[in-house]
Amino acid sequence: MEGLTTATHHRRNATLLSIIPGFGQFYNKQFIKGMVFLILAASFAIVFSEFLGLGYWGIVTLGEIPGLDNSVFLLIDGIIALIITIMGLCVYAFNLYDAYQNGKKRDLGESVNSVRQQYHNLINNGFPYLMISPGFFLLIFVVIFPILFVILLAFTNYDLYHSPPGNLVDWVGFQNFIDIYKLDIWRKTFFAVLAWTIVWTFGATTFQVALGIFLAILVNQKDLKGKAMIRTIMILPWAVPSFITILIFSGMFNESFGVINKSILPLLGLESGLPWMTNELWTRLALIMIQTWLGFPFIFAMTTGVLQSIPDELYEAANVDGASIMQKFFSITLPLVLYATAPIIITQYTFNFNNFNVIFLFNGGGPAIPSQNAGGTDILISWIYRLTMTSAQYGKAAAVTMILSIIVISVALWQFKRTKSFQEEDMM
Amino acid sequence: MSNKKSRIIRLTLSYLAILAMVAIVVYPLLWVIGSSFNPGQSLSGSKMFPENPTFKHYAFLFDTEKSNYLLWYWNSMKISVITMVLTVISVSFTAYAFSRYRFYGRKNGLLTFLILQMIPNFAALIAIFVLAIRTGLIDTHLGLILVYVGGQIPMNTYLMKGYLDTIPRELDESAKMDGAGHMRIFFQIVMPLAKPIIAVVALFSFIAPLGDFILARILLRDDQKFTLAVGLYELVAKQFGNEFTKFAAGAVLVAIPIAILFLMFQKYFVSGLTAGGTKG
Repeated sequence: MEGLTTATHHRRNATLLSIIPGFGQFYNKQFIKGMVFLILAASFAIVFSEFLGLGYWGIVTLGEIPGLDNSVFLLIDGIIALIITIMGLCVYAFNLYDAYQNGKKRDLGESVNSVRQQYHNLINNGFPYLMISPGFFLLIFVVIFPILFVILLAFTNYDLYHSPPGNLVDWVGFQNFIDIYKLDIWRKTFFAVLAWTIVWTFGATTFQVALGIFLAILVNQKDLKGKAMIRTIMILPWAVPSFITILIFSGMFNESFGVINKSILPLLGLESGLPWMTNELWTRLALIMIQTWLGFPFIFAMTTGVLQSIPDELYEAANVDGASIMQKFFSITLPLVLYATAPIIITQYTFNFNNFNVIFLFNGGGPAIPSQNAGGTDILISWIYRLTMTSAQYGKAAAVTMILSIIVISVALWQFKRTKSFQEEDMM
Repeated sequence: MSNKKSRIIRLTLSYLAILAMVAIVVYPLLWVIGSSFNPGQSLSGSKMFPENPTFKHYAFLFDTEKSNYLLWYWNSMKISVITMVLTVISVSFTAYAFSRYRFYGRKNGLLTFLILQMIPNFAALIAIFVLAIRTGLIDTHLGLILVYVGGQIPMNTYLMKGYLDTIPRELDESAKMDGAGHMRIFFQIVMPLAKPIIAVVALFSFIAPLGDFILARILLRDDQKFTLAVGLYELVAKQFGNEFTKFAAGAVLVAIPIAILFLMFQKYFVSGLTAGGTKG
């Protein structure tokens, strides 16, 4: 727009005047709109000025007098002040933009919109914003706000000994991250937990995906009888709420009374049973088996859906060419199934990475390991829970949460980008 | 001849594998049903086929004097239904806006939703906990519902947007020509066509709060306000398996209706998820 030279300078004047919201609109003779902006800005200043001042003071200092200033509440108010400021700035920016646009119209000799036209414009352009605003507003408070809070908390020393209202919390910079990396017990625990989280994610997910696809193909054979019945039974683990089945399994795997040690293993010749709950290795094995049981029906159902949509002609053509069963499987069935279910499989990996329920409900993340502050089967998310709810290490927990989120987001984004179905999406 | 033979072998092996899998799937479920009819209290004495089956654990759960089970059931149903209604409303709005309008901020909004759906909102459980204390929503069902609805929005918006994208735009454009307003197009043209995906979102957002354990556990304190997941967990955890048969009865009463509901809608699930999955 730099090259635009006109006799008048309405757009410059209007924009400059709009530094006080509304005045640019007055200049453009759009009085009602100007009044709306002015009133909005004035009420914003009156209502929020004190709150914003306090909020910013709070978020910078985190309180000064122990016992009186509650650092955590101050942090919350500070974040709310930040969010309110950002919203205010958006309206302010829109005010400047609007004054500039209408000034430009006048420069070019066009007439500005009448009140009626403005109203229509507002309805038409504002409609999508109106539609997303309820959801978005809720999202800001229950999802985005907590994320901001955790990010900030990761840079404080909030723990049992720095706990409001009795004590103050302070900003400590990267100390939590340094501690996790440098202090022996933290580093050992962190890497042990991370390693198991990765093994768990890949082990459990790969088994459930493989089993799901295998069974779907098995059941989909043309000459197999009783498909509907078999499929219904196979879906059952997905249909029953998982917290219930996990608790059932935790009873079945109970070392002294559980049915597995008491009835099933003795049949196989293992009279004394196995230490499912007290030996780290066996607990891990049990968890992976349970998750496979819980997760395969989902993949099974999806794959079945895909298989039914593969046209028969493909196989007939392959038969004409004399392809073996194996060839048909590897060059027709598997690629088509994987292509169609790839996004779902990826979400399964991220789901298991954060699968708190199965870890916690089965054995509480245990058994305990002497030299670390996480249990033997704790994954990152359940370790965060333990740090928060049992040992009140809030700052450290927040730091671990940040690390976890970064891992999940980067892996998932990288994967989604590679998936073809994502590239086809009109992101524009 | 050999063809027929290999066919028989293949089918026999398939049936054997399926039979084994069916046994593994069904065994735990039958076992818990059996446990719920056991006369004893504890895990140790419970058998899959008890000699003297009894309904006394069910009777106990239905006795409001002794157990809060019915209260938990009511709480869970209430929370799930309200979450479902609010989620369906807000998700239909956002998904429709993202699918049908090209507005400033759309691309970034979609990307934000994509990222947000990957982090479960309980990852920030400290924040939710402290925020609930600050706003006085701790130990209330309202607080829990708000967190559930907010957490459901990103993923379900994506799901529904993917489906809405498959409904031809010519439909709403011709309606616009005929003078239909925004609201009219939304309610009378697009939403009726989106019924299958609405059913999926509704069922997902109904089942998710039922299955959630961690948020309910953090936010709810009072025994009377528990949901089924927290209540049943307490029943098992508190008594070291000494109340196992009661838990089993409670579990059966939850699992059967949910499983039936689920199996009824299962067809929609698959079509909804694969449509949304391949399209976006």
